[in-house]
Amino acid sequence: MVNSKENSIRGYISGINGSLINVKGIENHARLYDLIKISNHNILGEVIQIYNNHLVAQCYESTMNLKLKEEVISLNEPLSMELAPGLLAHVFDGIQRPLENTFLRFKDGKLNRGIEYDPLSREKKWHFVPQKKLNEKIDSGDIIGTVQETSIIEHKILAPPNAHGTLSYIAEEGEFTIIDEIYRLKYDGKERSFCMLQKWPVNKKRPFKKRISPTEPLLTGIRAIDLMFPIAKGGTIAIPGGFGTGKTVIQECIAMYCNADIIIYVGCGEPGNEVAHVLEQFSKNVDYKHKKPLIERVVLITNTSNMPVSAREASLFSGVTIAEYYRDMGYNVAVLADSTSRWAESLREISSLLEEMPAEEAFPAYLPSKISSFYERAGVVETLGKSFSNIERKGSLTIIGTISPPAGNFNEPVIASTKRVVQGILALDPRLAYLKHYPAIDWLNSYSNYPEYILKWWKERDVKLIGIDLDWYECRNQVNEILSKENDFKQFTQLIGEDELLETQKLELFIAKLIRNSFLIQNAYSEIDKFTDYKKLLVLIKLILLIYKEGKELLKKGYIFTENRSNEVIKNVLKINNSIPNEEFDQIEKLKTKFLTDSLKILFPDKKKR
Amino acid sequence: MSITYKKIRQIVGPLVFLKNKHDVHYGEIVKIRTEGQENRIGQVIRIDEEIIVIEVFEETKGISSDNSEIIFTGEPFKLKISNDMLGGVFNSLGQPIDIHTKKLLDSEIFTEIEQDITGIPINPFARQYPSNVIQTGISVIDGLFTLIRGQKLPIFSGQGMPHNKLAAQIVTQAKVLSEEPFLIIFCGIGIIQDDVIFFIEKFQKSGNIHNIISFINFADDPVIERLIIPNVALTTAEYFAFKKEMHVLVVLDDMTNYAEALRELSSAKEEIPSRKGYPGYLYSNFASIYERTGIIKGKKGSITQIPILTMPNDDISHPIPDTTGYITEGQLVLNRNLEKKGIYPPMEVLASISRLMKDAIGEKNTREDHADISSQLLASYSNALEVRDLISVVGEDSLNLEQKILLKFGNDFENKFLKQRFDENRDFSKTFSIAWEVLGNIPKNQLYRIHQEFIDKYYPKQV
Repeated sequence: MVNSKENSIRGYISGINGSLINVKGIENHARLYDLIKISNHNILGEVIQIYNNHLVAQCYESTMNLKLKEEVISLNEPLSMELAPGLLAHVFDGIQRPLENTFLRFKDGKLNRGIEYDPLSREKKWHFVPQKKLNEKIDSGDIIGTVQETSIIEHKILAPPNAHGTLSYIAEEGEFTIIDEIYRLKYDGKERSFCMLQKWPVNKKRPFKKRISPTEPLLTGIRAIDLMFPIAKGGTIAIPGGFGTGKTVIQECIAMYCNADIIIYVGCGEPGNEVAHVLEQFSKNVDYKHKKPLIERVVLITNTSNMPVSAREASLFSGVTIAEYYRDMGYNVAVLADSTSRWAESLREISSLLEEMPAEEAFPAYLPSKISSFYERAGVVETLGKSFSNIERKGSLTIIGTISPPAGNFNEPVIASTKRVVQGILALDPRLAYLKHYPAIDWLNSYSNYPEYILKWWKERDVKLIGIDLDWYECRNQVNEILSKENDFKQFTQLIGEDELLETQKLELFIAKLIRNSFLIQNAYSEIDKFTDYKKLLVLIKLILLIYKEGKELLKKGYIFTENRSNEVIKNVLKINNSIPNEEFDQIEKLKTKFLTDSLKILFPDKKKR
Repeated sequence: MSITYKKIRQIVGPLVFLKNKHDVHYGEIVKIRTEGQENRIGQVIRIDEEIIVIEVFEETKGISSDNSEIIFTGEPFKLKISNDMLGGVFNSLGQPIDIHTKKLLDSEIFTEIEQDITGIPINPFARQYPSNVIQTGISVIDGLFTLIRGQKLPIFSGQGMPHNKLAAQIVTQAKVLSEEPFLIIFCGIGIIQDDVIFFIEKFQKSGNIHNIISFINFADDPVIERLIIPNVALTTAEYFAFKKEMHVLVVLDDMTNYAEALRELSSAKEEIPSRKGYPGYLYSNFASIYERTGIIKGKKGSITQIPILTMPNDDISHPIPDTTGYITEGQLVLNRNLEKKGIYPPMEVLASISRLMKDAIGEKNTREDHADISSQLLASYSNALEVRDLISVVGEDSLNLEQKILLKFGNDFENKFLKQRFDENRDFSKTFSIAWEVLGNIPKNQLYRIHQEFIDKYYPKQV
């Protein structure tokens, strides 16, 4: 937060109410959403209302002990993120204060007020490798050079969105800080100097060439998601669930195992110990692809529940701005926001202090538009910058937000407004959580609009299992059909009893049970089962549907379905889940014949006509 | 320099409005001196160029527009803390009191430090993830929902249920397994005098009184004081945990009274209510209390919290338990039916959970079979409850052998493992041996959640 003190305009505090202050003297100069600073205490704030004789600003820190008449200066810029190498593997608060450095300086572990720290280190030197030559023409978004930011991510130094011209100077390969000059552009006779660091206001979308439809799945390793309710790279999904339904566990799993290149984890208004846990998990666990600590591909933004609410409100947009920056380099970025309800509550708190007219549940009337402005920043885009050999650089930004509805009641404003803008809902069911069914994704109330977008991707990567000729999309449809049939049967078996069902219906009920208890359920503590690769997923579901297919054949031949020992079949599938690693999925194929014969023997022991 | 005002402009409930005539600090403490009455304390909660709004911590009864002097101290509320507090009982302002007469004691206590009671948030990066246990001596908690140092684990109770008894038992029995210093802070929020006397006498009899500090806000004390007493207790806790490196357990009883005080104040301030009249900032406000828990990297001490709350109409979806459940790391829920059956503590085990337990139990801290036992007990008890439901439909005679075994297990679980005397202190190994005794009802090959090696080692020998 650089500011030029000399020409800044000064005003003074004329009123204090909670985190809001009234300021006089700068109301004719400051723009809406500009930052202000209370100079004596180094407290930052944001202008949120302007009147003819004063303005109202919300402070990002506690206003305790402030006095009227204290000096306030206008910083003449909105809240912006610093973008440069040094973001990955670091933890920031909602307005990008570096929490690690703060702790190193204040060993008491407290977030004392008015700490002024550069978000990114000005001293650390990075190894810069130029990618452009002198006198080359540069447009915004072009890759000037690269820096190996962590062992797995190469940071591309992009010409910022408003830069263009001819390269009149470029640094040679070597060590530079983010504020050292590395190149100059000449345009219209003027020369501009650039360093690695650029800034971008959080409330403004970063520009791109054009938006395109998503075509690839964001694989999570969670079978229920990847088969039934897929997420697309560049998509938007919300996860609503009451307390104790495992939202945070699912978010953590997605963060650890999904196939995005970069994860921006926004811990928004959540308890501190939870953040400590996430941080510990990311540092301890390794990325299964690169075998490096996960934190090397993660930026953590955290504003815990007891940190100031105004910074909580900013944190989602801070996260998504950093995500857009990496997207522009051509990466697939996923923003995980936990939880958007806490963020909505911060809007409510501020709105209530402003004495605005409340809408539903005392939330402000602009809640839906704020929610859409967040989710609409997701998407797959062709980025700015020259294409290489006519292939445009593509990047994607996926947003996955959790929602914590009060009393687990899904009929509330945050869920209602979110549903209108996201393409998928993973509804978590407390009854499943109670039964220790992980993940507690309710297959009847969840949905995803992405299957049609990504079915081509799956078709190209189909894994064949002899005996069953279904691809991913067809498997998915069949599973959906069986599960919804089960739900229908449930209602009338309660009236007439299970004995009255037809043989085929009994088989369908069993297959539904098999899918639920061996495929949808996953063991988060098993090294092998906690993550399922797409190949293993395809073979597993085909194996289950094969039993269904063969079973129907046997019924036609006059065999009778017997339920007595059917649990053994479920156990056998669970055994496959837990014992065959993802890379060895072809082993399942080898087991197939024996498994199928055994299962069918258990399920159809006799051939008798009724 | 203190500044005195003599004219009040307006009085509404706990709020006093003054015409602004000087540079007042936001959040500063004022003293209110009224003729013929005791001094009161208040805090500045809103200022603009015209007026100053003061929230009075004590009652505003008897204040008129011109019978009082308001003295601005220029300082936020500061609590005097010292080692002398150990074993003592204090009011919401940190002054020593006599619980039988509710009078202030004369004894001047030595002050080591004066501390602002508003908590500064802990840097999330500085937090150490909790991984060490506290033994409460209560089987159902230690065995199934182990309390972890640095955790906040609330008790969800209802009116008329024995949460006070349980709180007293936890306070007198709790200890850390290492030899490190351990302190308990009991914070009574709006509790009746009989209960206070019960608590304090129980603490005195336990022989542990020198490790207990109590802060009491009586049920008939001014409502606004309920809003500061948890912060007073937690400021004291932070001093002992992070300056004196002790493990501190804070019991807050009852947070429902706190939330109601918050609602009352919010309504006096004419704020827009959200759910059930509670203010929209209930979550952030609760968080500012519950989050003063945890462990800081590089420091030996810890703060653990057990907030107790009575659920209005036993409704777990009421904003108070609901909001609490989102912040805390688990919950212990009491059940009225078990209580009627004479089972103490009447813990509804299937609705309760300790979310930090899985990373802290096991060979290093408790015993290697702990996780398996707790998972098996919960699973079998849940099956046993299903069998009980079945009986009401088909009758006991038509049960098969497996179901009869489960039924017997369920009864044993409630009567031997769950049920415990109020003065019975069971250590971890006693808890585990009762657990195995109860599990002994179930044949070995059906203990599918327990590793074979533990079954071989611990399964009771049949006579």
